[in-house]
Amino acid sequence: MSGHSITEPTRRQKWIAAVLVIAYTVIILIPLLWIISTGFKSPSDAISYPPKVIFTPSLEGYVNLFTTQTRITPDMEATLPPPETWYERLVREKGMVIAGPSRYGQRFLNSVIIGFGSTFLSVFLGTLAAYAFSRFRVPIKDDLLFFILSTRMMPPIAVAIPIFLMYRQLGLSDTHLGMILLYTAVNLSLSVWLLKGFIDEIPREYEEAALIDGYTRFQAFRKVVLPQAAAGIASTAIFCLIFAWNEYAFAVLLTSGEAQTAPPFIPTIIGVGGQDWPAVAAGATLFLLPVMIFTIMLRKHLLRGITFGAVRK
Amino acid sequence: MAEIEIRNLRKDFGDFTAVHSSSFTIRDGEFFMLLGPSGCGKTTTLRMIAGLELPTAGEIWIDGEEVGQKRAAERDIAFVFQMFALYPHMNVRQNITYPLKSQGMGRAGIAAKLAEVARILGIEDILEKPVGGLSGGDRQRVALGRAIVREPKAFLMDEPLGALDAEFRERMAEELRALHDRINATTVYVTHDQLEAMQMGDRIAVMNAGRVEQIGPPQQIYDWPASLFVADFIGSPAMNFLSFEGQVEAGGAVVGIGGVSQAIPRQLDAGAGRLVLGVRPEHVRLHEPDAARIQGEVIASEYLGTTRIVTVQTAHGTVKARIPAAENARVGEAVGLGLDPAAITLFDAESGRALLSEANREVLADG
Repeated sequence: MSGHSITEPTRRQKWIAAVLVIAYTVIILIPLLWIISTGFKSPSDAISYPPKVIFTPSLEGYVNLFTTQTRITPDMEATLPPPETWYERLVREKGMVIAGPSRYGQRFLNSVIIGFGSTFLSVFLGTLAAYAFSRFRVPIKDDLLFFILSTRMMPPIAVAIPIFLMYRQLGLSDTHLGMILLYTAVNLSLSVWLLKGFIDEIPREYEEAALIDGYTRFQAFRKVVLPQAAAGIASTAIFCLIFAWNEYAFAVLLTSGEAQTAPPFIPTIIGVGGQDWPAVAAGATLFLLPVMIFTIMLRKHLLRGITFGAVRK
Repeated sequence: MAEIEIRNLRKDFGDFTAVHSSSFTIRDGEFFMLLGPSGCGKTTTLRMIAGLELPTAGEIWIDGEEVGQKRAAERDIAFVFQMFALYPHMNVRQNITYPLKSQGMGRAGIAAKLAEVARILGIEDILEKPVGGLSGGDRQRVALGRAIVREPKAFLMDEPLGALDAEFRERMAEELRALHDRINATTVYVTHDQLEAMQMGDRIAVMNAGRVEQIGPPQQIYDWPASLFVADFIGSPAMNFLSFEGQVEAGGAVVGIGGVSQAIPRQLDAGAGRLVLGVRPEHVRLHEPDAARIQGEVIASEYLGTTRIVTVQTAHGTVKARIPAAENARVGEAVGLGLDPAAITLFDAESGRALLSEANREVLADG
């Protein structure tokens, strides 16, 4: 070869790029890896100094996370039957017994219900609203769109006190419905704006063709627009879920029992039996999984969604 | 198949009137062209016939039924879009059969129709392909397939060749016309390309600024334009216009242009004041300069293979003459213009309308 293409990077450039990307990835993954590994350390390994990178893995953190335990005296222990399961044995070795399940499972379930519930609602309402804004002559459309967006012009927590009072009045405090509505309200502006952009990119001719082919407006929307907007809907859903899943401040303020999500619950583990870092790390690790799985499932769409409309096909 | 009749159709978008009260009839089985520059209202008219826009006023009759305010789905027409609008998440077969599914046709019926349409269009081998990878021509064929599969009352086409390469356009235009002749479907075709309109249309409606200026077969429109706009829009190069102050009486067959007496068809309308004499380039001959002819100086000469376009600067504006390529005219040469009296149209410069003469009477009387 006598020369190289201007647009195609050279081998050397590709190498440099690869090294940079890998270095960056490693750096941002270190805290995450640290949390994951801490979850598998024994409590003493977790706080040892200098920190241990190589350690004997233990599931103690996970057992502590999912159970509540009571200390027993050796006399009492003698009266108990021998431990039946591996986790009972693990607890017994510390001179304790399992008193019952912890509330982590239930808090986790709350997070799933509230996170996915509000994501579904945000995307569902957002798609319909975005479609209307994109296709119909809505009076004062631009003002409405600006108005919707203005809810994002301050940190949501700025309205914490009014919402706290409102929720107390309406009986929505510490309810699943209340949290779903709250996160939906916060996410809706984002989802309307994102989805409007995606739907604007879909040529009207597709629906018009369907209208002429004998379909109603709603059928055209469902069978022609929705499949086209799938990438946009998927990436919007990911953004909405990440917000609702990770939200901490409102969750602390508005939930304490019934509807408490995992983020405010995880720090409370610290106090349960000394500073149980492995249990906290285990809780955080498990908490990562649903969003990670969801994102990986929609990854193909996410990439397409982000670059949507960049290149005119 | 069906006749389409437009009565006093009007469309306003806010303060803007896209289509001013137009009326015309598209005959059963006709290939009808709506021709005009962009923004002239031709696409809006088509979309109103389709039911994609509702008229502000007026009526649309398809096959003896008034459908002006009906939904697109209830009109039984097919529409071919400029960008084809093939459903991108479906393959060719699914695209073509989609309209049949909405009608609730059975599986066997759909398969038979699909096979027939695929054969007519010669796309049997691409039925299972996704539409994304198809060439422009194949996309166009699939779009046509989706239109003809339903055997609708009429086909409406919005610049269907606009997105194709020039080379391919020619071929698709022929295919389209052949397809029309074969299934004999009433077709309304929107284009801004006058050559396309003349090549394919049985009749052309020339639109300008929301109004229909003239309707007729291509040759009538070309030979006897009803207005300056039509004369200018149709033909390449366009009709020559010589503007002058003068007058012509009803029954007169001569008009004085700057001291030269020019023979013209016998006039039925009188005209006075600012007039325009229109003549096509092929009806202009170059002669030695003499006082009995309009004179000018050659300012350009373009060789086009079989013919040559010579541009002459006169006191009344530039005139282009289409002469045999073998003849030549040197730039700077003084020439006298010989205008074929039988092919001249006089226009009133104020209104832009053609003055009626014995030559254009028949054409303009029914337009």
